Amino acid sequence: MSTLKTLNGNQSIAEAVRQIDPDVVAAYPITPSTAIVETIAKFKADGLITSEFVCPESEHSAMSVCIGASSAGGRVMTATGSQGLALMWEMLYIAAGLRLPIVAAIANRALSAPINIHGDHSDTMGARDSGWIQIYSENCQEAYDNFIQAFRIGEDLKVRTPVFVGLDGFIISHSLEVIQVEDDAKVKKFVGEYKPVYPLLDTSRKMTVGPIDFTDYYFEHKRNQIEGIENAPPVIEAVGKEFGQKFGREYGFFEEYRMDDAELCIVVMSSAAGTCKDAIDELRSDGKRIGLLKPRVFRPFPHEKIAEALKKMKAVAVFDRSSSPGAFGAPLFTEVRSALYDHKERPHIVNYVYGLGGRDIKVEHFKEVALKLEKIAETGKVEEIYGYINLRE
Amino acid sequence: MKKETWKELTIGTINLDAGNSVKNLTGTWRSGKKPQFIEEKCIQCFFCWLYCPHSAILVERDEVKGINYDYCTGCGMCSVECPTKEKAIIMVKEEAKLAEGGAE
Ligand code: SF4
Ligand code: SF4
Repeated sequence: MSTLKTLNGNQSIAEAVRQIDPDVVAAYPITPSTAIVETIAKFKADGLITSEFVCPESEHSAMSVCIGASSAGGRVMTATGSQGLALMWEMLYIAAGLRLPIVAAIANRALSAPINIHGDHSDTMGARDSGWIQIYSENCQEAYDNFIQAFRIGEDLKVRTPVFVGLDGFIISHSLEVIQVEDDAKVKKFVGEYKPVYPLLDTSRKMTVGPIDFTDYYFEHKRNQIEGIENAPPVIEAVGKEFGQKFGREYGFFEEYRMDDAELCIVVMSSAAGTCKDAIDELRSDGKRIGLLKPRVFRPFPHEKIAEALKKMKAVAVFDRSSSPGAFGAPLFTEVRSALYDHKERPHIVNYVYGLGGRDIKVEHFKEVALKLEKIAETGKVEEIYGYINLRE
Repeated sequence: MKKETWKELTIGTINLDAGNSVKNLTGTWRSGKKPQFIEEKCIQCFFCWLYCPHSAILVERDEVKGINYDYCTGCGMCSVECPTKEKAIIMVKEEAKLAEGGAE
């Protein structure tokens, strides 16, 4: 039976894990994702899951265990964030290169130095070229829903690619929310039985996993890998639709909020999109034609669809919760701006880095930017392409 | 050896022809020098066999018998490790030749 439960983001992920009951969970606890692992351990101790629960000595080992277990033929998940994800780094590329559909819940957190335990997207954005699919969640409900869908997306035979499901550290991971937890059997049925391809435990077949490639094969294998994530968009779309039919909450590549007749737009992912919606409501009641575009899937980046949604705007502000030092703008901005390049009509587009290390972002900050967008739309002049929000200057 | 296009490869770098490294004739990497085995000086200590990084020391009936030049890269490690006073493996000049097959 579908029930309402009061859970924080970490518990919401753990609840999905309980329902999916994967073959192997290997994880090393790190703030702010610790409670995911802790809750799964409790489920295991209470006999609520049959998963093999492995506590290795580091995140590097945790991802290594996941790779081994997934190669063996199991359905596998882990959870981490920040330095933990950073320590997994070299293994992330191996999971993706071996086309292992591991699912990792990432409680997004800032990277040291300086050390900080709060939420930003530096960790997963740093791993944006590791070959993993990346899905971001606005709230606990989305974290739960995205996590369930992640298995279907990653395990699709055409995709076979690992998936990150991001939830903002503390803001989502530790905030209580009343969420709809779907029926155990229905969730199990939705996710379906896992069918491994080329499992190592199939001893009837002679094969090698992860052999060395020289100059004559590496390039072909990499291209072969890229095909997996490029096959993902129709799968992400179909799974999001089917989820909507089964559970009443449909998902796409991004959410458009009050975009119908908008001339100005704010692009922002994850929890800050919730705050932004309040700002949009207030601005709308002041008669401003402004909307929000909240990307959900960052890899593969839905460049055509985003360009289509934004090309008619007069001015767009992209908000990034990470920085890319020395680059021409932060990660989301460079993607969005590049997506619009081929369109003859395209908006002025500016970038704001916000919320690093968990720095608050409020309704008033979005409203300040809305004023700037209005001015850009009126004058056609962009004074600063790249700026910072709520930073002491 | 015909090489597959990226579309023809098995996903995830999986090699369904395990053990196919025997088709990779690393002997084609040799340039300029090759080891020569001098049987009468050999004390059968097996050091060369142990150290050879390409398993290119030929062994027959538990005795070192020579070199498999299909795989010997001419690295010279066997000769360096050979412990006899007058080496039972010496490195000699070899005309460099471009052979077919193996890795690029
Ligand atoms: S030269 Fe190197 S590869 Fe050749 S037999 Fe000696 S140790 Fe092996
Ligand atoms: S190392 Fe020298 S002596 Fe020992 S087995 Fe090899 S060739 Fe013979």
